[in-house]
Amino acid sequence: MQTKRGSLHRLLTVIAGHKPAVAFTLLFAALSSVAGVYATLLLGRSIDLIAGSGDVDFPGLFRTLWVLGGMYLCSALFGWLVNLTANRVAYRTARDLRHRAFAKLGRLPLSFFDRHPHGDLISRFTVDLDSVSDALALGLVNLFSGAVVVVSALALMLSLSPAITLVILLVTPLCFLVAWLVARSSQQSFRRQQAVVGEMSGFVSEIVGNQKTVKAFGYEEKSAERFKEINGRLYTVGKNAQFASSLVNPSARFVDHISYLLVGVVGGFIAMGGGVSVGVVSSFLIYSGQFSKPFNEISGIMSNLQTAFASLDRIFAILDETEEQPDAPDAKALADIRGEVAFQDVSFSYSKDRPLIQDLNLRAEPGSLVAIVGPTGAGKTTIVNLLMRFYELDGGAIRVDDFPSTDLERDSLRRNFGMVLQETWLFSGTIKENIAYGKPDATDEEIIAAAKFAHAHSFIRQLPQGYDTPIGEDGGNLSQGQKQLLTIARVMLTNPAMLILDEATSSIDTLTEMRVQRAFFKMMQGRTSFVIAHRLSTIVSADLILVLDKGRIVETGTHFALLAKNGFYTSLYQSQFQ
Amino acid sequence: MKLIRFMKSYRIQFTLGSAAKLTEAVLELYLPILMARIIDVGIPTADRDYVIKTGLWLLLFAFAGLCCATVCQYFAAVTSQGTGTNIRNALMDKIASLSYRELDRFGPSTLINRLSSDVGYVQQMVAMTMRLVTRAPFICIGAVVMSIGIDRGLSLVFAAMIPLLGLIVFLLMRITSPLYRRVQQRLDTFARVVRENLSGVRVIRAFARTGQERNRADSAADELSDAYIHVAGLSALMNPATSIVLNAGIIVVLYLGASKVFAGRLSQGDLLAMTTYATKILYALLVIANLVVLVTKASASSARIVEVLETEPSVTDTAAAPPEPIPVAPLVEFQDVSFAYSGGDNALEHISFRLPRGKTLGIVGVTGSGKSTLTSLIQRFYDPDFGRVFFEGIAAWDWLQSALRGRIGVVPQNGTLFSGTIADNIRWGKEDASDEEVVAALKTAQCWDFVSGLPDGINTLIHEGGKNFSGGQKQRLTIARALVRRPLLLILDDSLSALDYRTDLNLRRALAADLRETTVIIVSQRISSVVSADAILVLDDGKQAGLGNHEYLLRTCKAYSEIYFSQAEAPKEGIDLANKTRQSAPPLDRHRGS
Repeated sequence: MQTKRGSLHRLLTVIAGHKPAVAFTLLFAALSSVAGVYATLLLGRSIDLIAGSGDVDFPGLFRTLWVLGGMYLCSALFGWLVNLTANRVAYRTARDLRHRAFAKLGRLPLSFFDRHPHGDLISRFTVDLDSVSDALALGLVNLFSGAVVVVSALALMLSLSPAITLVILLVTPLCFLVAWLVARSSQQSFRRQQAVVGEMSGFVSEIVGNQKTVKAFGYEEKSAERFKEINGRLYTVGKNAQFASSLVNPSARFVDHISYLLVGVVGGFIAMGGGVSVGVVSSFLIYSGQFSKPFNEISGIMSNLQTAFASLDRIFAILDETEEQPDAPDAKALADIRGEVAFQDVSFSYSKDRPLIQDLNLRAEPGSLVAIVGPTGAGKTTIVNLLMRFYELDGGAIRVDDFPSTDLERDSLRRNFGMVLQETWLFSGTIKENIAYGKPDATDEEIIAAAKFAHAHSFIRQLPQGYDTPIGEDGGNLSQGQKQLLTIARVMLTNPAMLILDEATSSIDTLTEMRVQRAFFKMMQGRTSFVIAHRLSTIVSADLILVLDKGRIVETGTHFALLAKNGFYTSLYQSQFQ
Repeated sequence: MKLIRFMKSYRIQFTLGSAAKLTEAVLELYLPILMARIIDVGIPTADRDYVIKTGLWLLLFAFAGLCCATVCQYFAAVTSQGTGTNIRNALMDKIASLSYRELDRFGPSTLINRLSSDVGYVQQMVAMTMRLVTRAPFICIGAVVMSIGIDRGLSLVFAAMIPLLGLIVFLLMRITSPLYRRVQQRLDTFARVVRENLSGVRVIRAFARTGQERNRADSAADELSDAYIHVAGLSALMNPATSIVLNAGIIVVLYLGASKVFAGRLSQGDLLAMTTYATKILYALLVIANLVVLVTKASASSARIVEVLETEPSVTDTAAAPPEPIPVAPLVEFQDVSFAYSGGDNALEHISFRLPRGKTLGIVGVTGSGKSTLTSLIQRFYDPDFGRVFFEGIAAWDWLQSALRGRIGVVPQNGTLFSGTIADNIRWGKEDASDEEVVAALKTAQCWDFVSGLPDGINTLIHEGGKNFSGGQKQRLTIARALVRRPLLLILDDSLSALDYRTDLNLRRALAADLRETTVIIVSQRISSVVSADAILVLDDGKQAGLGNHEYLLRTCKAYSEIYFSQAEAPKEGIDLANKTRQSAPPLDRHRGS
């Protein structure tokens, strides 16, 4: 229950952002309930006015009926307003949590994204927060309306007979106890349920997201089988959670029935002793019903509440993740840089037990071209991760224009690097929006110029809606090469001070590549560039070649200097002529 | 409700659960009657034994009610959860049967939401229906019958209210149903933004767009919350509207009843009873009103589920049994094939070729010329719009998709690995592959040097999307995955691009040695990768620009020779260019290796 209390407390701080709406909910609930109680009173009074044959106070009755009608209207109107304001609080709270969790994503280190199944994270943003808002809307209405009803019923009962009220007050905590016990025993099942829901989303996101690969391998049945296995587990935990928590309501009502019969029996004995009239006992039975109704209703939405609590835990788990070290308050923004980049005794590893890069030193002069070569898996992309500060160093420093990169604003550092990766990422928007991603205020002319520069213009023009063609989720029908051209155009448009090209042209045919390469060379002029490539043309003309093997720099130098060494580079180089 | 069939297997549980609920309702209605005996009989006669005895009866009834409720809740949990489970399984089966065209149309985010969020609403509705719906009509009917017994005329007032209430329910359902669908659409949009932000985190940070992405997500979340508030506000009208109608009924009954009482045709007690029944009906109806909200929400969701379930895959198995392959026929044959993606120009036009068994076909062409589309047609991810594709002499659409694809090993351009161990991933290619077979495939695919160095070897865990491996390592693992099934046809769809030259060379050597009898299709940008192929197909903007071996094409095909010379001179030109702009390295002569 520890986390539950913690989550509830934290939820309240979020709800606190909507104090006015909460206050209005309470006010409307009070007005609606008071109007309701008053209407019940008026109903009794109007029946009293219709005493019997020949004995009806028609003028009085009509007056009372008018007021009664008014009260019914008020009760209904305020009842609706309670729902309106409560919904507002609930959905706005969920929205705030979505905002917060999303903002949090922006501050989390890259390793978080590499480590967590995306589907599971998405389900926290969607399904989990929906269950929070649903439960909150229900809970607020019931809680507030209930509180008013409980208070008024209690007042009425006390005025009738303190003794019988005591009986009810003694039994009611029992009601809470039972509800609490049942709820506690089932909370574990709810946590398990939400965990399986998350696992299922993770699986589905991976499989459905890559359904094409799945089909290519005829893995549909196998994946459906695995899905059914998870689904089967969801059935079991879901059924258990639902059943356990749905017992709260019948148990609470059973306790309530006991209190009802105790009122009858105890009240009856008191009445026999002449303590109260029979009429008082029957009124009591009605009020005790009203008194316990809110408790019953709250226990009726128990499974919603419990799902919501389990979901809240999952949301807060994101909010509790360790963030990237924030930019120092005096962090500098890079402007007008020369583009000198130096690695000083850099060491880094993804996991402590597998050291990767150790004591790496290198210096890239402003405007120079650094080629990083090495067999696959040698750690080339890791260099990119470190340059962009996607991962923090374990030791040493990377300096840009003599500023340690940790003294710089991350965004400013990254904006100065134009990065093209082998893995193409486009978002669902039009071609134009995708090219202008790094520069949203670019004019159409600039966008077209960038596309021409990247040799993407001709294929874009052939698309049904040209630059306004929407790209589906995951890039839709564009070929891998076309996507890569778009990512190149995207970088061309931002005109960065330094370039990082990680297998930037691997999916493009050689004819186009040559042209793109020409554009790249044009761009590289005066820009410090880091290039991971297998193509000789890029490597040969590099000012500095870093030959990596197993995370270490084994050789450095220019192409000819390295060839002269007749070492690792030479053997790498010669393999392409065989 | 088209989803009702998924409840079928829970018919008994549904009936038992509802019956238990009904019993509980009856027992509960009996409690006041017993209580009335205490008050009317026990107290006036001061019979303590009677009071206690009746009290014990009350306890017994309450306990019996608890038991019934427990039974009902159990069956409600089983039925609703079971129905949800059935729907999810059916959806997954359906998604697995969809072909590329439909998958492109839906996109993954909405499919995932439909599987989780939408099924959740339907499931919730089933549970609530069982818990609430049997009780409410029972009470309504009982109360109406009772009131007819008291005064036929006054009970007509209740009868008149029923169509009015029906109208309210109908109108609100009609108005809110599309709004609930809009909520789910906005949930899709929001989910898509989150998904894109997870997968594109590197690019987003590289462009320092975290702030803008947050705005995008925030506004998607705002729109979602606005849509919720809008529809929830309208749905919340159901409750007050129902009470106003019924309460108006009570006032009318009082008004008309007053004259009857005055005329002596009705007693005060009867009038009191009439209003009590009206209140009971009201409470029962309010429960139904809440249920209607839930049903509307669930029906919007079930429409989205049904949309997926009713989507006919454009590619389906036609033959009941796998056909007999014709051993003498070429392994792959295209006869004048044309194909267009939905709403686009032809991606392929008039393609014809034959690929005999054991031979190698190279496919070259510039980016977007239709190379990958062609391999999709061989695997029958799409059916051609015109012409025919044959595999082993049988038209592709006469093959069982599973049998056809089982004979092909494909290394897709954008090779995806799945979470699980390396061995799990390799076994995608062949479910029952032994460890030896897995290792052999890894060796051929040049993976063994890095896999054997891992502490857990082939049991090393791969993270979602293979994030803990480099691009080149992933590509080699996807090659191993295709090799392990020893396919009749191996398709390498530009899948050597992330490999350095040495690994590329070693791999091609190993393939030549280990897969001598396998027919191979190599899609590539590099002429050097296809130059030794038995035949090369040159694609130019979806058209067949040339077909033949390297020497033949070099003589006859302009498009091919252009590509060839561009590549043969590429390094030289690149260096010249680099020198022109950078003045660093002297030119280097380089000729194509063989």
